[in-house]
Amino acid sequence: MLRSLAQRPWLMRLIVIAALFALWEVAARFLVDRLFLSPPSQVIASLDKVFGTRGVPAALQLTLFELTVAFVLAVAIGLALGLAIGLQPLVRRSFFPIVLLLYGMPQVTILPLFILFFGIGAASKIAFGVTHGVFPVIVTVVAGVQNLKPILLTGARSMGASRWQIFRHVIFPHMVPSFFAGMRLAMSGVLLGVLLAELYVSIAGIGYFTTLFTQNFDPTKLLGLIGVLAAMAIVLNAVVRRAENHFGRWRAE
Amino acid sequence: MAGKGASRLIQAGFLVGLVVVWYLAATRWGVNRLLLPNPVAVYDNLFDILRSGEFIDDLQTTLGELAAAFAISATGGVTLGYLISRSRYWIEVFEPLFAAVYSIPIILFLPLFVLFFGLGPASKIALGASISFFPIVINTIAGFGHVDRLFVTAARSMGASDYHLFRHVLLPAASPVILTGLRMGFTTALLSIIGSETLASLAGLGHRIVHLAEAMEMARMFAYIVFVVAIAVTLNAIVSRLEARGKRD
Repeated sequence: MLRSLAQRPWLMRLIVIAALFALWEVAARFLVDRLFLSPPSQVIASLDKVFGTRGVPAALQLTLFELTVAFVLAVAIGLALGLAIGLQPLVRRSFFPIVLLLYGMPQVTILPLFILFFGIGAASKIAFGVTHGVFPVIVTVVAGVQNLKPILLTGARSMGASRWQIFRHVIFPHMVPSFFAGMRLAMSGVLLGVLLAELYVSIAGIGYFTTLFTQNFDPTKLLGLIGVLAAMAIVLNAVVRRAENHFGRWRAE
Repeated sequence: MAGKGASRLIQAGFLVGLVVVWYLAATRWGVNRLLLPNPVAVYDNLFDILRSGEFIDDLQTTLGELAAAFAISATGGVTLGYLISRSRYWIEVFEPLFAAVYSIPIILFLPLFVLFFGLGPASKIALGASISFFPIVINTIAGFGHVDRLFVTAARSMGASDYHLFRHVLLPAASPVILTGLRMGFTTALLSIIGSETLASLAGLGHRIVHLAEAMEMARMFAYIVFVVAIAVTLNAIVSRLEARGKRD
């Protein structure tokens, strides 16, 4: 038994996770006030009650919608801007430092502005998600095009390739690895931006319900909802990572 | 370098153009003052904030929270990372676990932290420490865990003690990666502290911005945003400088 454990780190990982949950269970049952922490067994058992709360399924749907739209917009805008900035040396030297400067700024300071500009509905969450997700895409696209050998472009052009063909068959395959790395970063950025905006002010999204459950001192439902969202984040990140590995394969060969 | 001069010129022109458009939009084109204050008013307010020193309390709160959170996550992350990195087995057990948690936006747990620790600094410190813990521990494991075994064997065969091995082989080999982790941890701690002050708090720079937004004092709010961004950029620049210096030694 012990030897098989030594050969299987994943088994030990499960044991560690189980131990953490056991610790949480014991702490919640005997050490901490029930108003603040519920044991995991109770959280899992009442997951259906969370989904049964009127508005929660719709809120999850709304948040997923905000995430999807923000991600698609961030990638599309980031790709367009990244190509516009990256393909021309002069433009790149002029605007790339500005992009890096903006990327390094703490955007959460301007969150109230987004609410003022876009209202308290879904638009402000999407906009805030986009501004968080767009910069990593721009940066990685610029980095991806930068190490494109000029001779490949000249070669393709001299053989009569159209703009689209050059993009599709020369530029795109070249920047795929860094582009997908950018998409992964964009996904974490979009998650952060949308959730920040949701937690700041929300009338129908999950932010509304986290506030509601907190104010009602209902940690069981709060933990259930947060758990579902955390699982959603892990799945979304895993999907993008899978795509990254899939499309980056040709490089390794 | 003609190209360099040209790009500097374009950068300057772009920024000046932005301010001019902002000014025209605020004064001539009739954009609502509640959405876009006059840049001159913002400048006056910024000057007033700096001169009157009213920012000091909020700055102290934020920096205090940041210092406490970073101290906790740096100590915890480096210590735990080092302990785990001492065996291949534990690295394999913990590394995927930390990576999985790292991919969750931990800001989600802010309501819980507020529930446990209240609206004061404690919840910000706890959140900042938990968020910045992960890049630090992951990089510490990566740093110590991937030291070339040959160095270790060589040092051992020349009779290095545990202390000597750590001080002269492991630490120098691992420190660049660890320093990167500490820098990332610092940046994320700063971000999450300002963020959690924005979302739920009683004091601090993030709270001040939200407070002004709710009072519709737009010019002053913009001035505070400029102030906070300047502080954040300065702190990040200092930390990056320290990181670069630490790597050179």
